[in-house]
Amino acid sequence: MSGPSTYQPKTALTRWLDERLPIIRFTQEHLMAFPTPRNLNVWYSFGGILAFFLGLQIATGIVLAMHYTPDAARAFDSIEHIMRDVNSGWLIRYLHANGASMFFLAVYIHMFRGLYYGSYKAPREILWILGVLIYALMILTAFLGYTLPWGQMSFWAATVITNLFSAIPGIGQPIVEWLWGGFGVDNPTLNRFFSLHYLLPFVLAGVVALHIWALHVPGNNNPLGIDVKSPRDTVPFHPYYTVKDLFYLACFLILFAAFVFFAPEALSSPDNAERANPLVTPPEIVPEWYFLPYYAILRSIPNKLMGVIALFGALGVLFFVPWLDWSKVRSARFRPVYKQFFWLFVADCVILGYVGAHPVSATLLNTSIPLLWIGRIAGLCYFLFFLLIMPLVGRLEKTNPLPDSIANSVFGSAPQRSETAT
Amino acid sequence: MIAKPIAFAILFAAIVAVPAYAQETASASVPAGQSAAPRPVEVETLPPRNGNFSFEGPFGTYDRAGLQRGFQVYRQVCSACHSLNYIAFRNLADEGGPGLTADQVRALAAAYRVPAGPNEQGQTVDANGQTLMRAAIPSDRFPPPFPNEQAARASNNGALPPDLSLIEKARVGGANYVYSILSGYGQQPPAGLTVGSGRFYNPYFRGGQISMPPPLNPDSVTYVDGTMATVEQEAHDVATFLAWAADPKMEERKRTGFSVIIFLIVFTSLLYFSYQRVWYGQH
Repeated sequence: MSGPSTYQPKTALTRWLDERLPIIRFTQEHLMAFPTPRNLNVWYSFGGILAFFLGLQIATGIVLAMHYTPDAARAFDSIEHIMRDVNSGWLIRYLHANGASMFFLAVYIHMFRGLYYGSYKAPREILWILGVLIYALMILTAFLGYTLPWGQMSFWAATVITNLFSAIPGIGQPIVEWLWGGFGVDNPTLNRFFSLHYLLPFVLAGVVALHIWALHVPGNNNPLGIDVKSPRDTVPFHPYYTVKDLFYLACFLILFAAFVFFAPEALSSPDNAERANPLVTPPEIVPEWYFLPYYAILRSIPNKLMGVIALFGALGVLFFVPWLDWSKVRSARFRPVYKQFFWLFVADCVILGYVGAHPVSATLLNTSIPLLWIGRIAGLCYFLFFLLIMPLVGRLEKTNPLPDSIANSVFGSAPQRSETAT
Repeated sequence: MIAKPIAFAILFAAIVAVPAYAQETASASVPAGQSAAPRPVEVETLPPRNGNFSFEGPFGTYDRAGLQRGFQVYRQVCSACHSLNYIAFRNLADEGGPGLTADQVRALAAAYRVPAGPNEQGQTVDANGQTLMRAAIPSDRFPPPFPNEQAARASNNGALPPDLSLIEKARVGGANYVYSILSGYGQQPPAGLTVGSGRFYNPYFRGGQISMPPPLNPDSVTYVDGTMATVEQEAHDVATFLAWAADPKMEERKRTGFSVIIFLIVFTSLLYFSYQRVWYGQH
């Protein structure tokens, strides 16, 4: 899509460099001149926002690791040391803890945007699969990070999640003990979780590089879901999308700052302000908000093995989305039936999150409707959306006519303004 | 085109309001998860009473006099059983805290004895087997009332008095919870509830039966500033002090946050105009 390069080195030094390491050419092609559809809306800014948060998590995480002690006896104390004694330690820690929540909020918006505009369809299947892989790595990294403060919820989250693997018939228990490095969640577990929590973000960054590479081969999808046909359909990435993404990033940062400075513990469990105690189980073990829908799916199935399969299935099904949707039209704008199912699916995820936040025995508000059954139906709907609705609607739906080009839908059918140099 | 800036203004207001609301509901109410769980005895746990604390809200700060009175209550009443492991004497002089002077902190610390560690001969105990002690200095932390958990339980009818440094972060309701528990004694238990031996009825405690005897009485302390020492007042003051103990950087955090939000709003506005300028005629 980027076509033959237009970069011309102007000085002897840049000519010399260009023949050896064409890094300026690369930057010019991929970060500046890269032709990008001119009709991308706010929801396309979340890729840039996610890149920012990955950088922020790595930067704050490296500083936290300088003051944190990965030792079961001292981890909790070292967190309090960061909060009380380290200069601006509270700021770094709150940025990191709330940064994780914002990272997930942004990734969910990014993923729903992909589902809405059909960004997973040919030729972007690998781009989507790499994205799901990034999401899976994020889940793993966030879980490992959550255990590090070694509070009550850290400890019991580690216990519950590692015990999921005990559902595997025959070899389940040996696997769990191998994960623990002992016969219970203890110091060896904390040490390996810390090691992996430090490692995985860099693996994640590597997959992000592949994700962007896979984006730059076919180029961006866009809200119309139609291909770029002429240079009039695109604008260069810089300055058009650098300034637009920066603006939306700054808006998002206001939300982030509101949490960090005025409600830094609103999203965390009070139980985690208590030191880990293997002898006392908290009354309710609840994960962070971004895992609640999965938690609801896990708990709604009485059989442990089936519950674990459903949990991993709920994530795994995302890998197959490019082949589950048979529609020839990408964007939901022109798919009246799929569009409605999409919003039902969003509502379904919210309902699952609500169910996951409450105890298994709870009922809906003041009624006697058991949440367990609402969770079961919502969990079923989650899978039905991907396995039944997507293929069926894709085949049967009568889609609306597509516009003939991006430029015409932006400017009207006749060219009215001068073209942008691309 | 005037609609867009208005829409963004509303957006800003909304995204600042959301976390504020989340914080309010998180601190003011008991989540359904705690009230709906089945319990062995059918006792209703009351939601914490609202103490209307000065440090609530985005601009709230600690009431300095309240912190000092609360520290007096902790020192003269609570510290008999409860440790305050994460607080050093010097913290009492920190900015955003009770505001003691450096001299007051030195004098206060000197009144406490802490283990001295090995002497030149490498001994940690004297000829009688007693631990060598020295006067505390400002960098020492408050010495705990009991040497270990077993000693604490042995002295308290088997119950363990929790450390108070983080108690208001570790309980749903925070300062309101501590305030309600401390002022919630002396009420008639509901019919059918037999209060166990060595336990006390307190409707704000999960399950209704708490092992801590009523800690506060009228005039448990004589306030230096002449405030009437009612149980209400003492509970409110110590809840204020423990809010600071759990979150000593709150004032610095809110002050920084105010500047950061103002900066971001200005920065975002500039970016908005740049964005409109760059995209003029292109969208």
